[in-house]
Amino acid sequence: MGRPSFETRPAAAPQDEAERVANHGSQPMTRAGWIRLLVIAAAVAVLEIACRVGWIPVTVVIPPSAMATSLYDIIASGTHWNDILVSLRSVVAAAVIAVLLGFLVGAVIHAFPVVRGAVEPLLASYYAVPTFMFYPVFIILFGVGSGAIIAIAVLLAIVAMISATLTGLDRIPTVLGKTARIMRLGPVERAFRISLPAAMPYLFTGVKLAVAYAFIGVIASEFILSGAGMGYAIAYAYNNFNNREMYGLMLLIVLVVTVVNTALDTVDRRLQARLRR
Amino acid sequence: MKSAIGSAAVLLVLMLFWQGLHLAVANSSLPSPVTTLVQLVALFGDPDFWKQTSQTAQAFGAAVVLSTVGGIALGVLLGMNRTAGSVSEPILVNLYSLPKVTLYPVVLLVFGLGISARIAFGVMHGMIPLTLFTMNAILQMKPVYRRSAAVMGLSPWQTSVTVVLPAILPEVITGARLGVSLCLLGVLIGEMFAARNGLGYMVMHAMERGDMATVLAVALLLAIFALLVNSALLALDRAWRH
Amino acid sequence: MSVALAEPAVVAAVADPHVRLTGVTRVFSRRGSTESVHALGPIDLDLMRGEFFSVVGPSGCGKSTLLDVLAGLAKPTEGTAEFEGRPIDGVPAGVGVVFQEDASFPWLTVEDNVAFGLRRAGVDPAEIARRVDYAIGFVGLRGFVDAYPAQLSGGMRQRVCIARTLVTQPRLILLDEPFGALDQQTRLLMGDELLRLWRETAATVLLITHALDEAAMLSDRVGVMSARPGVFIDIVETGWDAERDSRIVSHPRFGDLTGHLWEKLRTESLKHLRDG
Repeated sequence: MGRPSFETRPAAAPQDEAERVANHGSQPMTRAGWIRLLVIAAAVAVLEIACRVGWIPVTVVIPPSAMATSLYDIIASGTHWNDILVSLRSVVAAAVIAVLLGFLVGAVIHAFPVVRGAVEPLLASYYAVPTFMFYPVFIILFGVGSGAIIAIAVLLAIVAMISATLTGLDRIPTVLGKTARIMRLGPVERAFRISLPAAMPYLFTGVKLAVAYAFIGVIASEFILSGAGMGYAIAYAYNNFNNREMYGLMLLIVLVVTVVNTALDTVDRRLQARLRR
Repeated sequence: MKSAIGSAAVLLVLMLFWQGLHLAVANSSLPSPVTTLVQLVALFGDPDFWKQTSQTAQAFGAAVVLSTVGGIALGVLLGMNRTAGSVSEPILVNLYSLPKVTLYPVVLLVFGLGISARIAFGVMHGMIPLTLFTMNAILQMKPVYRRSAAVMGLSPWQTSVTVVLPAILPEVITGARLGVSLCLLGVLIGEMFAARNGLGYMVMHAMERGDMATVLAVALLLAIFALLVNSALLALDRAWRH
Repeated sequence: MSVALAEPAVVAAVADPHVRLTGVTRVFSRRGSTESVHALGPIDLDLMRGEFFSVVGPSGCGKSTLLDVLAGLAKPTEGTAEFEGRPIDGVPAGVGVVFQEDASFPWLTVEDNVAFGLRRAGVDPAEIARRVDYAIGFVGLRGFVDAYPAQLSGGMRQRVCIARTLVTQPRLILLDEPFGALDQQTRLLMGDELLRLWRETAATVLLITHALDEAAMLSDRVGVMSARPGVFIDIVETGWDAERDSRIVSHPRFGDLTGHLWEKLRTESLKHLRDG
């Protein structure tokens, strides 16, 4: 995972330059990374012991090892594959819509400063609105099912993408625009070969956030008011006092979301590294 | 001033859009803005509404206080030590982007069905951004500030009060802004699931009865409240940032 | 108006200027204000083919505006600007610019940065490889072809931009304080590279700088600009021969030259300082 040209670093580079690269090199595993792993392992071990010894009643939390076997059973038996697929399909749909629509809206707002002046103050406060409260409206508009859930998730995720697009387009250095003119690029070529790659690190941060919010929106909607999906399965297990299955599903969601977010974050950090100047 | 006019214009457009939806939806099961406002006024005269509001307000208030105090304390603690900071940051970021609603049953199992579960859930939402922002503010504080303080011969206590605190305050307020809105979200989600009181429950209950006007009236009220709180903190944020 | 400090340099035939500015002024209005700013001119200037000309002047005197006019990035409000006998309308072919800010593309490797212009012009791949290799070697970045700009120092990134300009074989090279962000030693060495580049390409060079020693060391002629609106208050011929390099800073005449430039510039800089 080391940076490809780490060893071609200039020998005579100034001190801060060397430090920069060194600090940023995402080497296989940093010291902090090991400690982090240790901390998490210790926390899991403590929970395991506390449950086994009986400090925490099994009716409240089951031991992590039991969660893991439950998760294994869920996957092996295939009882919840449908829920998993339903949720993932909604998340993907919501993320894709939020990213594309958010980019489009962001680009349009960026192009019209007057609109931007009016919309931007609201964008800063938008996320504060408890979007879930409007879920019933979407049921009226899209009916009970994936449509309403995707709509809620898009509503939650789109603003991150709009804001990221605005930031990204703002941060394209003026000098790159001038360079494009000197190289006599046409508007389309300029957009695709200069503006888009220059804004990409910011745009990708938007993508990362949009995916995280899409997960939150989908799972939460399913949990509160739906008849399918992983969120619903957890609520169902809870209401039927099936703790074992509930914890297995929770572990599944936590693992899936962590893996997806970590993967996106790794790409994000790589892209951000380009911007270090 | 100019931006206020712009924002008003945007809100007007949204209202018109709402009205348009009302007209477009078959049988108009979606109440119009006017119907919603009328219902909101009617709710103000309803003692039950005030009972639910006070339930939500209590849970929200307690969650805000707890997550602010806890978040800043934890952030300072983790920010004092570079290793602690870099160990915990990815964990916190991951917790932040986790659909915390999945963990709500655990909260219910631990705290029972009462108000404390909703407070705990609100704190789970609100505390993370505060911790993250406080921690990063301390970690990223320019070293020259501390060095200047040392050169001026300030004691550690004087340094914390006159240098560190003002230096990190803007970031802390940004964190609080996020934290407060998330506290409200947490409390409301808690009320929407497995609760017998609070505005979140009221919305769920009204929805089951098909009383869309009440659903929208309460949702609108909460949205306005959230926007106002956020704008106030945003203004504070800007004032501190100079 | 030119002052020769020593025996006059051999100046090319006057007949065919490579660049000709006649009565060029530039006036623009500030955003959100009806008040207009007279930034530049009137400027009359002829640059000979293959000449190295530097412009020095106080901050905000319109040096960069002058460069924008020559690059076709800004239109003169009055007067005419000509390059190779044709009026400048839009960015002319055959002009290369190196800006003060780092303009390397952070998403491309050094090699791809340098090849960017040639690839989109559809030049034959073998020819691209040859020219890119030469340009990268010329600026001393052979060991870094696969590095990204973020992995390079500021000076190295500026050399990437120089190489990227060089491969397109411009006949007129415009440099807007390209070494402004570098330390003094690096600047002197970059100056040597620039002189070498100039000799090898035989291009006409216009360098904007705020460093008097840089102007005195690199140029055939140095134009001194007044505070805004910028006009040339003096044009000095340095009289160096083409084979010069940074070691001329120890030449006895070098001190006289920079001294003369500073004398001209001092009053103008003071004006700028007082006006803010």
